[in-house]
Amino acid sequence: MLTTFPRLLLDHAARRGQAPAMREKEYGIWQTRSWADIARMAEHIACGLHQAGLHRGEHMVIIGANRPRLYATMLAAQSLGAIPVPLYQDAVAAECVFPINNAEVRFALVEDQEQVDKMLEIRESCPQLSHIYFDDPRGLRNYDEEGLAGLDELIGAGEAFSKQHPDFYKDEIEKAQAGDVAAMFFTSGTTGNPKGVVHTHNSLIDRARAGAEFDRLSGDEDVLAYLPPAWIGQNIFSYAQWLVCGYTVNCPESSGTVNIDLKEVGPTYYFAPPRVFEGLLTSVMIRMEDAGSIKRKMFHYFMDLAKKVGPDRLDGKSIGGSNALLYWLGNLLVYGPLRNNLGMNRVRVAYTAGEAIGPDLFSFYRSIGINLKQLYGSTETAVFVCLQPDHEARADTVGVPCQGVEIKVADNGEILVKSPGLLKEYYKNPKATEEVLTADGWYHTSDAGFIDSHGHLKIIDRVKDVGRIHGGANDGAMFAPKYVENKLKFFPQIKEVVAYGDQREKVCVMINIDFDAVGNWAERQNLPYAGYTDLAQKPEVYQLIRECVEKVNADLAEDALLAGSQISRFLVLHKELDADDGELTRTNKVRRGFIAEKYQPLIDGLYGGKTEQFIETVVKFEDGRTGKVSATLKIMDAKTFAPVKAAA
Amino acid sequence: MTKKKIGDVILDVKNISLRFGGVKALTDISFNVKEHEIRAIIGPNGAGKSSMLNCINGVYTPQEGSITFRGKTFSHMNSRQVAEMGVARTFQNLALFKGMSVIDNIMSGRNLRIKSNLFLQALRIGPAQKEEEQHREFVEHIIDFLEIQAFRKTPVGQLPYGLQKRVDLGRALAMEPQVLLLDEPMAGMNLEEKQDMCRFVLDINDEFGTTVVLIEHDMGVVMDISDRVVVLDYGKKIGDGTPDEVRNNEDVIRAYLGTSH
Repeated sequence: MLTTFPRLLLDHAARRGQAPAMREKEYGIWQTRSWADIARMAEHIACGLHQAGLHRGEHMVIIGANRPRLYATMLAAQSLGAIPVPLYQDAVAAECVFPINNAEVRFALVEDQEQVDKMLEIRESCPQLSHIYFDDPRGLRNYDEEGLAGLDELIGAGEAFSKQHPDFYKDEIEKAQAGDVAAMFFTSGTTGNPKGVVHTHNSLIDRARAGAEFDRLSGDEDVLAYLPPAWIGQNIFSYAQWLVCGYTVNCPESSGTVNIDLKEVGPTYYFAPPRVFEGLLTSVMIRMEDAGSIKRKMFHYFMDLAKKVGPDRLDGKSIGGSNALLYWLGNLLVYGPLRNNLGMNRVRVAYTAGEAIGPDLFSFYRSIGINLKQLYGSTETAVFVCLQPDHEARADTVGVPCQGVEIKVADNGEILVKSPGLLKEYYKNPKATEEVLTADGWYHTSDAGFIDSHGHLKIIDRVKDVGRIHGGANDGAMFAPKYVENKLKFFPQIKEVVAYGDQREKVCVMINIDFDAVGNWAERQNLPYAGYTDLAQKPEVYQLIRECVEKVNADLAEDALLAGSQISRFLVLHKELDADDGELTRTNKVRRGFIAEKYQPLIDGLYGGKTEQFIETVVKFEDGRTGKVSATLKIMDAKTFAPVKAAA
Repeated sequence: MTKKKIGDVILDVKNISLRFGGVKALTDISFNVKEHEIRAIIGPNGAGKSSMLNCINGVYTPQEGSITFRGKTFSHMNSRQVAEMGVARTFQNLALFKGMSVIDNIMSGRNLRIKSNLFLQALRIGPAQKEEEQHREFVEHIIDFLEIQAFRKTPVGQLPYGLQKRVDLGRALAMEPQVLLLDEPMAGMNLEEKQDMCRFVLDINDEFGTTVVLIEHDMGVVMDISDRVVVLDYGKKIGDGTPDEVRNNEDVIRAYLGTSH
């Protein structure tokens, strides 16, 4: 039975050894590696690691971008019964200390010099870390550190070993059981130390299969692997499902070339968090604003049409003859070229998840004919819990429970999940495990939501974040901060928002402008600015943002439940919220509580009725140094609207 | 951490004097460059740094003195001849083909190495096609090395200044030089760009063993990456030695910081 990842690999290598498994763009050309190549590479690495002393059940850290040899190393570790632990490649050195010590890691494979430097920097705090291998030797020629070696050397040694012991690799793979631990993922967590989420071969493979069957994925799909492999989403799409379906995973040349590579590969199965879809849309809109007037008019005319009929068309509903004809023309002139430009011409199934997606953003992609859908899941559930079927994609739900999943809503509104893909445990943290995984087998997601009349799951916010307005005109109204934030974030000018209102008498927000979009707008307005901080504080920019805030208020006023969440006051932050400063998680979610503490004077200013407030904050640069930025920020009032009473 | 081996003298400059009419740009300058080292020429504005580089490069012909390269002595250098001997340079004010793509700009640095004649090249027939592919492959390695994959096909004029500097360096590298002359590679850059450029210079020196002669007036940069430093002031040499020696040299301190009167 094909119950473990290494067995799946051997099966592909035996049945369709010459089929492409991975492509990597190197020196400007896509280089293909077949399943046989990957299997051979994994065998050599496994033999090398065995010789170096990697034991069954031991953890091995892997840090880097999506590279075939890093994935092969994960397979190699699993072949030996060791447990690969991918870590985020953009984490600063200190953030790696906890996972490495928590999992007693002795072996690490890292991508390049940057990551090697990080490992060497934390070596004193992690004395057990004895073997550090690197994929790319660039710049490392003169490093003379004990235990540091190139992956090439490891492969060389492994190759020699496998020649002497030709059956070793297969024998090792045979020893593994489906219930063995396959991998561990550290969750970025909005509070406290990260937790290691332990998954077995069984849980990951079962969920990968469920997702693949749901969308009828085959071995012919093309996937672009461009998100951190340490994130379970990327790991499912470019590892678990890769091995289950046997499709081709494409690795971009570098993080800077992803958009170019996306166009060249033209994936058929695509996954991105809302943030990426938003970024792509923003860049299109900016370029459209700079286009000639005929093009611009054509674009807007057909986009209006698409907005009207596109989503219905994709949902399989009739749109009428003349609209169909116009849409056909639009497809020829605008949507087709636009899809091509976005690299989504061949997309059969695209998913977004991780955060709620703005309804307008969601329908934009569907309206131009991209089958974008939502799914619901987390690291703890091996991603697939709910999925939207092809003709039932909507912006405000996350789909129906997929095969094998049971869902129940607790009394406090929390979603509970039962699924074969649930985590085994949090590593060495029985207390946390108990909190989320009750004895009767339900996993507590800590998301608040409900099942709507169509059987789709709808998520409102985190259970702990849904609050109430206290005092003032809207006393007792529901306040869903993420809902408000997401509404604002749909505007291309706004990059990030933090909303406050729980136990307060009104809702106030802090806003990050999108430097590209607002910078471009400022240029067209002939508005000179010196940099991010200066631009953010321009009165014209405040006016621009104020218009966005008031549009959101008008929108919120129409929803009786959420009318009380209208935004009374706002300010524009002088620096971008950044994961390096702890303001965002590594998956780019705002850490509301942390930000409130760090920017306490601003919160006081917002609620204290001031019109400006001085703030000084410490920033951390990518190389670990720190500096200070200070500014006096303006605070502005926004118009709120009387709630629209629902017609009787 | 570096343990590189510095070789014998590869370039020896003796008693160079250069005048433009009555203006003495350089007066009696002598110094040498050893194989595999990073040699910096520093000095305040107008000290004669670029003039010195232009003499080595064959752009200017000094009135007096000689330059010895790999044992051969020249009283004046001719720039093509210099290039053929394996000396490449970058420019302070960038001399790139703004309308051409990054690839084409770097390819132009391969010019001296292309063997097929103009006719074959123009029609891309016979050995010309194969040769072009080989050169293109080499250029791709440079693009990879300088981490500019995302801009391969972008016209150079559209790139920010810091990246244009990198392309300029790429074109010089395309010549596979033994000696690389860099004219203020960090000028006009922000801190991050400077750090990147330093890393590239160190990597070039380290990975390919290329000898680097570097002009710079950012003292911090120079002291960190150079093996030896020559200091010029008003066309005269006022200091020569390791960064530490130069840093403690009274004349250098005076030239840079001024004296109290």
